[in-house]
Amino acid sequence: MLELPAYTEHLKEGILAEHQKNNNESIENPGPLQTYEENLSRGEFRIQQCKDCGQHVFYPRLLCHHCGSNLLKWVAVSGRGTVYSTAVVRQRPEKGGDYNISLIDLEEGPRLMSRVVDVDPDEVTIGMAVSAHVGMIDDKPAVLFYNKEQGDKEW
Amino acid sequence: MSLRGETAVVGVGLTEFNGMPGHTHMEIMATAIDRAIADAGIKKDEIDGIFSANFVEMLTPLTVAEYLGINPTYMDGTNTGGSVFVNSMQSAAAALSLGLCNVALICYGSNSATGPFTHPPAMHTVEDVYRPRNPITPYALAANRHMHEFGTTKEQLAEVAVSARAWAQLNPAATMRDPLTVEDVVNARMIVDPLGKFDCCLISDGGAAMIMVRKDRARDFPKQPVYMLGVGSRTDHNLISCMPDLTTTAAKEAAAAAFAMAGVTPADIDVVELYDAFTINTILFLEDMGFCKKGEGGAFVSNGNIAPGGSLPVNTNGGGLSCVHPGMYGMFLMIEAVQQLRGECGERQVDNAKLAACNGSGGFLASQVSAIFGTGETL
Repeated sequence: MLELPAYTEHLKEGILAEHQKNNNESIENPGPLQTYEENLSRGEFRIQQCKDCGQHVFYPRLLCHHCGSNLLKWVAVSGRGTVYSTAVVRQRPEKGGDYNISLIDLEEGPRLMSRVVDVDPDEVTIGMAVSAHVGMIDDKPAVLFYNKEQGDKEW
Repeated sequence: MSLRGETAVVGVGLTEFNGMPGHTHMEIMATAIDRAIADAGIKKDEIDGIFSANFVEMLTPLTVAEYLGINPTYMDGTNTGGSVFVNSMQSAAAALSLGLCNVALICYGSNSATGPFTHPPAMHTVEDVYRPRNPITPYALAANRHMHEFGTTKEQLAEVAVSARAWAQLNPAATMRDPLTVEDVVNARMIVDPLGKFDCCLISDGGAAMIMVRKDRARDFPKQPVYMLGVGSRTDHNLISCMPDLTTTAAKEAAAAAFAMAGVTPADIDVVELYDAFTINTILFLEDMGFCKKGEGGAFVSNGNIAPGGSLPVNTNGGGLSCVHPGMYGMFLMIEAVQQLRGECGERQVDNAKLAACNGSGGFLASQVSAIFGTGETL
């Protein structure tokens, strides 16, 4: 987040007031990235789907990167995915030990970075079936994946 | 119009790679510029195009112009990561050809090893929370996927590092010149599996500069001109999770464009310089540029095939793995290509080198810029 010097605060407030006065109904605030993170903080994993081409979009955007449409809606996902690739980040035990980084292909199409957290980092394999849960990393909400707890989950 | 053969490199300058502790990145860059100007036999005031980028300041071309005391007609501070200098070379060729400038300077300097290793603030993304240890993890993910799809082995990745080291042993300027074996690489400490310590490029200081002019003036300088015959630039993602296929980079299209412009094929190339930030890069780019088939890169780099005495000389200075890697390596691979085509490379000189292919990579395998250079007789 950009830190503005204190003396610019009144300028920022003025700009926000101006925006509210001229509120454009086609703009939804906050933006897609903040909306995604706010959903996660409520334990909800939602991605976007394009109303024009029907394809799913991740990461959250204002424009569909498939067809260019600006009509994107938030939708629930099955949470089912497959490990596309995986790596083990080596870290000293006193700093928390090794951890997994994987790229997960969601059933709906998009690929995202995450961690598979219920098996040892080096036992995560490409092609492994995984399911999403909203958990925490460093006190921040994050979509994590489990290998063993399969099944549908309501978001 | 085609840019084929329209411009030429007439001056290059390199610094020592670890000999300037206590110098700023601009001071290291100035040393390289001074040497490139001397190599071209020009005066600094003749420079009227500046192409420069790094990751410690935003307004690099302004800094360079001010430092040199010149008032250029063309400035380009585009930043595509480590590929940028090959990208800049494309921009310089275009700007020169259109008469927007007459003498283009492409330059870089970094004190990554001895100075404060700083990065500009990065955009917040959905990947941050996972702490992916960039830039290594994206390459580890690509390596693992390549191993999964094609059976590439850690030993084959190691062959890339061993070949680079063998070239470095022939280059007195290279940073890492101790003997290195496949066993050393495979048994080294893992950083991000499957990449270990020797699968990762080194961190050094270093500066590099290059001077380009139009072909009509190319023979007016002391050194043999090296012509830009082809160039292609492509990008298919920025975040590694957005890369469409981790086993095929945009170098496939970038190189196809560069070869088409140059009117040559991979079989015609005498020497190859690739951005080897990690061992998997060399395998991916050899495949994507068409030096071998997709999936066969691991076998292609084995048995010393890209080492001195092999069938294809690759990364003849020792590469980012063993020669120099001050954060953005793209400048150094072009200069090695130029020096090979001039025949200036001493013990590591590739006999009778007339055509060189380069590929710069920026971001996490994202921006790919390929270039073909040739001697006068290839025009």
